[in-house]
Amino acid sequence: MAAPMLRWGCRGRRWALAWVDGGSCHRRGAPTGSTSNRIRGQSSLAQQPLRTAQKPRKGEHKWAAVVGLEIHAQISSNSKLFSGSQVRFSAPPNSLVSFFDASLPGTLPVLNRRCVEAAVMTGLALNCHINKKSLFDRKHYFYADLPAGYQITQQRLPIAVNGSLTYGISAGKERGQVIPKTVRVKQIQLEQDSGKSLHDDLRSQTLVDLNRAGVGLLEVVLEPDLSCGEEAATAVRELQLILQALGTSQANMADYEIQRQISELENGGEILNETRSFHEKLGCTVSMRDKEAKQDYRFMPEPNLPPLLLYDATSLPTDADPQQVINIDQIREMLPELPSVTRERLVQQYGMLPEHSFTLLNEVGLLEFFQNVIKETRAEPKKVTSWVLNIFLGYLKQENLAVSESPVTPSALAELLDLLDSRTISSSAAKQVFEELWKREGKTPGQIVSEKQLELMQDRGALEQFCYSVMKDHPQVVMDVKKGNPRAINKLIGLVRKATLNRADPAVIKEILEKQLSL
Amino acid sequence: MWARALWLGLRAPLGGPRCFTSKTDPQGSGRITAEVIEHLERLALVDFGSREAVARLEKAIAFADLLRAVDTDGVEPMESVLEDRCLYLRSDNVVEGNCADELLQNSHRVVEEYFVAPPGNIPLPKLDEQEPFPHS
Repeated sequence: MAAPMLRWGCRGRRWALAWVDGGSCHRRGAPTGSTSNRIRGQSSLAQQPLRTAQKPRKGEHKWAAVVGLEIHAQISSNSKLFSGSQVRFSAPPNSLVSFFDASLPGTLPVLNRRCVEAAVMTGLALNCHINKKSLFDRKHYFYADLPAGYQITQQRLPIAVNGSLTYGISAGKERGQVIPKTVRVKQIQLEQDSGKSLHDDLRSQTLVDLNRAGVGLLEVVLEPDLSCGEEAATAVRELQLILQALGTSQANMADYEIQRQISELENGGEILNETRSFHEKLGCTVSMRDKEAKQDYRFMPEPNLPPLLLYDATSLPTDADPQQVINIDQIREMLPELPSVTRERLVQQYGMLPEHSFTLLNEVGLLEFFQNVIKETRAEPKKVTSWVLNIFLGYLKQENLAVSESPVTPSALAELLDLLDSRTISSSAAKQVFEELWKREGKTPGQIVSEKQLELMQDRGALEQFCYSVMKDHPQVVMDVKKGNPRAINKLIGLVRKATLNRADPAVIKEILEKQLSL
Repeated sequence: MWARALWLGLRAPLGGPRCFTSKTDPQGSGRITAEVIEHLERLALVDFGSREAVARLEKAIAFADLLRAVDTDGVEPMESVLEDRCLYLRSDNVVEGNCADELLQNSHRVVEEYFVAPPGNIPLPKLDEQEPFPHS
């Protein structure tokens, strides 16, 4: 495919967790210099060429940019797609390679059941039609990390087709409003991953590690329904969450890779120009970038694999070996809760805004943290939501920590919220306690409260006494209040708080003062 | 398959710049153009070193064209002779691997435990450059 041309119609805000790849186009990329030693994440994207939709309007032509995406997700399985060697992220070079993976003569592919189940699950989660019969093909091209000279894929008849992926775009102005959008899923296919090439330009050689060769991939092809970078990034993020919820793929990417790819995507136009001029200088068509227009993959049926047949409850043969048949209906029943359903449930159950549910799911581990706090505290869910999303998340972001690295445990926060809920401490005192908890000194909220004497005064009579004496000592301020100065009362409240060493609830102080002033 | 037979028959070393001048035949009688040859060479890394090789290719295509005599309207193509066989599903267990030493013995050059390959894909020179083809 030609290097993509992209013109972004909307300049949305950066989606911090998005990741889009120059992807398979750049995977072979010695020329761009950007892929030499990059850690290939477990998901990558390739941008299909831009297909422009022309909308003629009274002699004026308007072009709308549309983006199609192909997403490759590495399947979470113990062994590879067609061989029994291990799938593991890091291992000594070429130690996870079987004779088949190295393409030694006489070896044959044997399909991994788990990979088929993963593909069916993903297809069902994306509302696809599952093809009861699908076929495997060979896609030929030459590269050092593809020892067979071809990749086994599903080009003619993939395992799942015609689905949809729904994601939500923030409305922006009105907080909490999320607009649902849908992108059509053209197909999902099973295919092999290639090995890894390390380019040593100094010695003019390439070092090849085949550990990754043959690992199962799910290729998800989206139709060109996305009209800008933000939509693409959001859709991909949602797919990532779905795959993680299903357990079919870990769908992780290194952080720096994320940032690099966001910039790549948002600078789509510039990248295109670079690639083009390089291309013209060399004057070559196919060599460096195997996905140029002239590339002919010479697809042919994989002669060593019969068609893949799947069954459902009605078509399942009665005498079949359960190990040898896959029942789509059974897999459907075992699907876990999908992110969109989880978010809906959170909104219904806890009365939070849709935007909150998105944030809870977007941050790794945050939902679990939230649910653990809810379990242990008496405080209202809305209070918990506010504390987790604003204060807790704020502290995490400030120090760039993951939820798993948090110094504050769900139990600690639950205890703190209980103290707040029982009006033992004030809201500002609670924030103080949180700050102390963050310091990892091993103290419980209760201990911090008593050490710093943050308990609210329970004796209303004593408080009334304080208010009375403060008013007596500051007649001028009292006058200002009575004159109608709205800020004067705050001054009084502040004085009472100081007098009580901050052990009184400002709301109660205000109430008492107003009563005493007969306002 | 005729393609494989063709490949095996074309191992002849290069004898100099190409000199054939095939032209496209609008009747489709099987003439192969220089562009198609170049395309095939780039794709399959075969080496059509001589006019005889191209002639052999044209004959092979003509031979295969005999298939067109059969009327296959309304008949589903057979994708695989294995179509009635059951596709065996393997359990997801680790049973292979850990043989780096054995595999690396097959490689001409090795650096630590990596296979060594030339840097990227080397482009074939274009037809009009009239250079001898690189043999590796």
